[in-house]
Amino acid sequence: MVAQTRKSEFFRGARDSLPLIIGAVPFGIIFGTLSGSAGLSVAGTLGMSLFVFAGSAQFIAMGLVAAGTAWPMIVLTTFVVNFRHLLYTATLLPHLKKLPHRWQALLAFGLTDETFAVAVGRWRQPDDSPHKHWYQLGSMAFMYSNWNMCTIIGIVAGRMLQDIAGWGLDFAMVAAFIGMVLPYVKDRPNWCAVVVAGAAALLFHGLPHKLGLILASLAGIGAGVLADAIFGRRVGPTAKKQEGS
Amino acid sequence: METFLLVGGMFLVTFSIRYVLLPFSGRIRLSAGLQRALGYVPPAVLTAIIVPMALMPDGQTVRFSVSNPYLIGALATAAMGWIGKNLLLTIVGGMGVFLAWKWVLHAGWLG
Repeated sequence: MVAQTRKSEFFRGARDSLPLIIGAVPFGIIFGTLSGSAGLSVAGTLGMSLFVFAGSAQFIAMGLVAAGTAWPMIVLTTFVVNFRHLLYTATLLPHLKKLPHRWQALLAFGLTDETFAVAVGRWRQPDDSPHKHWYQLGSMAFMYSNWNMCTIIGIVAGRMLQDIAGWGLDFAMVAAFIGMVLPYVKDRPNWCAVVVAGAAALLFHGLPHKLGLILASLAGIGAGVLADAIFGRRVGPTAKKQEGS
Repeated sequence: METFLLVGGMFLVTFSIRYVLLPFSGRIRLSAGLQRALGYVPPAVLTAIIVPMALMPDGQTVRFSVSNPYLIGALATAAMGWIGKNLLLTIVGGMGVFLAWKWVLHAGWLG
């Protein structure tokens, strides 16, 4: 393997995130588009993308704003919806713990579903490149600039095209997430995790404040662990295909 | 002011969740079992997000039917990803099938 520089890691991270970023484009545009009719100001819409930077939580918050929910309730819901990110940090902990605090804070800020999915694959590769955090930074920088650009495009488009919300572009997120899950389902424990998480998500869907998402995730993780114990160790980390350039 | 509190509050909780474990990372030792469990986090969480989106587009009722373009699109996306292994083609292709199916339904070809 050719030694990776900071720059090459950064751009590889950005490049490997491209498919997921394309999946986020319609999602970001729709967010900006719908914000007007939901009663969220331009400052509030852009502020969320700039500072919160969490797609699904932003959507849910917007829906709650439209329903006239008080802000403390929306903040609480955000907490529940984003709680899964604690598991992401826990997963990356062994890799991030040697970094300086400023790096930790920076990477934590940008730990979206997409960047986590891409970066965890890089961290788990066996090479001992000292610059893997630059890979994660490249992914989050690309994701962040794209998300905010799409939000702005959406804000503008929403004032021009009234029915864009009905186009069903939110499906892009489903497609992107399916693409992110597929590389994992290569052995029985992961199959169990996915099937149980999916079934539980349907079952618990009616619970308030997206609690069902947390419960379903835990059920899936539990099923994976259980299947792991029954069927034996899995065949190494199947985190993500990567060409070992 | 209301907007400031909302965005500020959302920022604080989101960043805290993503950051809180890191300052203690030197003292936290994850057992091998816990580390293995964390390996199931990405597929479990992502699936828990997408299954209701695909099967309950209106957020209320499960629609396990060909008249649900989200379901058809999701199945097509999974099939393409399974066969092709190319993430970009999978997402763009899945999006294409979804929009085409929506259009077919809209045109009323399925009755």
